[in-house]
Amino acid sequence: MTLFYHFCFYLFGLVAVASACVFVTRKSPVAAALWLVNVLFCIAALFVLLDAQFIGAIQVLVYAGAIMVVFLFVIMLLNLGEPARIADARGTLWYIGAGGLAIVVLAAMMVRLPHPLPIETFRIAADSLVTEARATGAVAPVAVPLFTEYLLAFEVTSVLLLAAVVGAVVLGRKRNESDAGPASQPGTAGTGTAAHAR
Amino acid sequence: MLLPASLPPMLQRIVDPQAPPADVGFFGPIGVPLIYTIVKLLIVFTVYMVGVALLTLAERKISAWIQDRLGPNRVIKGWGQPLADGVKNFMKEETLPDAANKPLFLLAPAMAFIPALTVWAVIPFAAPLPLRWGRMDMVLADLPIGYLYILALASLGVFGVVLAGWASNNKYALLGGLRSSAQMVSYEIAMGMSTVPILLLAGDVSLSTIVRQQEQNGWYVLTLTVACFIFIVSAFAETNRLPFDLPEAESELIAGYHTEYSAMKFSLFFIAEYANMVTASALMATLFFGGWTVPFWHAVNNAPWAWWKTAITLGAFLFKVLFFLFFYMWIRWTLPRFRYDQLMSLGWKILLPLTIGYVVVIAGATLGLDALGVPRTPWHGWPVYSLCLLALNIGLIGLLFVVADRGRLISPASARVRAAELARLRAVRQRSTLAHEATSGAGD
Repeated sequence: MTLFYHFCFYLFGLVAVASACVFVTRKSPVAAALWLVNVLFCIAALFVLLDAQFIGAIQVLVYAGAIMVVFLFVIMLLNLGEPARIADARGTLWYIGAGGLAIVVLAAMMVRLPHPLPIETFRIAADSLVTEARATGAVAPVAVPLFTEYLLAFEVTSVLLLAAVVGAVVLGRKRNESDAGPASQPGTAGTGTAAHAR
Repeated sequence: MLLPASLPPMLQRIVDPQAPPADVGFFGPIGVPLIYTIVKLLIVFTVYMVGVALLTLAERKISAWIQDRLGPNRVIKGWGQPLADGVKNFMKEETLPDAANKPLFLLAPAMAFIPALTVWAVIPFAAPLPLRWGRMDMVLADLPIGYLYILALASLGVFGVVLAGWASNNKYALLGGLRSSAQMVSYEIAMGMSTVPILLLAGDVSLSTIVRQQEQNGWYVLTLTVACFIFIVSAFAETNRLPFDLPEAESELIAGYHTEYSAMKFSLFFIAEYANMVTASALMATLFFGGWTVPFWHAVNNAPWAWWKTAITLGAFLFKVLFFLFFYMWIRWTLPRFRYDQLMSLGWKILLPLTIGYVVVIAGATLGLDALGVPRTPWHGWPVYSLCLLALNIGLIGLLFVVADRGRLISPASARVRAAELARLRAVRQRSTLAHEATSGAGD
């Protein structure tokens, strides 16, 4: 198991990092979005390799399947013109500066970040989670803490999302529309609601 | 039984055919399970692809039957039609538009095709088969995340359609791609939410658990009827079939997202559509219609396993899947296409609130039944829990029909129209006749 496991882990890790590099250097927004989908898919594969199948499935379902499709939708709908004109390219010095900064941050993280706990602690915690997942199904180890220990944070997050949805609806509404809905017209209940949706 | 000593060590051990195979064998740590998987993979892939090819024939024959025609009847009395189509598609010229984005144009059919094929892996299709090397579970990979895997991979299928539309650099193709991305994202939410009541009853997303639960407590189509209905409608939209085939609406968009595709690349989109249909049908059968189990025949659904049980349950599963495939085609040749705003309105304003409300109702019902001490497993042979939910669902369906019907189809057929309603309808009709006369008069 170990050799195959390591092979898969490093394969998906390398593909994820390489795709991320390609993603930030593409000028065409559609190509960049597709490379980002690849990154997200590889990260989902890494989650599965770490025995977190539920997180992996949600990663693909939410990020790769829903959010990136909406991104693509917006990119295509706006039809952002020539890639060369809209690209945020500011010359070679900026490239070198940004790359150098990224390397410095990464190096600082790798060198300076101490392990606050010995690695065995993580391993034992992870192993117990994996055993639990095998006993109670893949969803319970995520769902039970979410709805008991972290219930408050979960509810606050959902209120935040609700506020964002309401804000989006308010911003997206037409201003010049009168208050009388078209559904009030007689005999056209079906078409009235449909016209309202447009 | 005497075995010669020259046999490999694996065969000398006594293996219980009812137990899963041990992880030792010919090839070290991965042995029998790997061979089992490869055998199943080859068989399932072959049957799947041949089945999809035959489905195109079935579609034509059923459409012909519905429209009172003969349908394909030349190549080996019609049976060779899929083969002839395949040969034709391989022989045709592959076109590549000048202005197309070449890499994405070539990638798009594959991105539609691959998710459609891989989703089948988690669907259990028969009772386990006992073999002398250990039990062979009739599922390619019984993942603990079950149908979440299917929802996740099915959500990737939209990329193929969207990219095909965009990379073709054709306005009709782009419109098809845009429609499909909006449609599939919208209906994916209703589809995912309609499976939440199953979670509440089964307590797990694994498909084998869901099938086992339905074997004990009755099919979920009876206990979760509204969820089943929403799931079927959303599955139609997810597979881009009529009445939701907006992405390739022939009469509006030529052929939608695959306008610029020809030969085998076009055929890949076609195969992907039919493969998605097969998977959606199998998912309907597994989630709501008991999967491979045979109703009221507990002996065949439970251990000890035998080859004849596998054969019978495989037949039951195929029957259910074929029924839903027929249902798909039946709907396609019966109903007209929705308008785009109707599609969006149905998805966001009706199905989504309905399914969220239904989740609340079912959660409340299970909470109440648990609090009353009704056992979830059958009680003295009577599935009391399921019967309570069935009664609740019958009430909800009645309510839904009355509310969603808006006095159009069922109410006029079942009762006399009220006087005020009749006057209103007559006024509307009169107005439209007057308008018609006015326009025809202007035409003269």
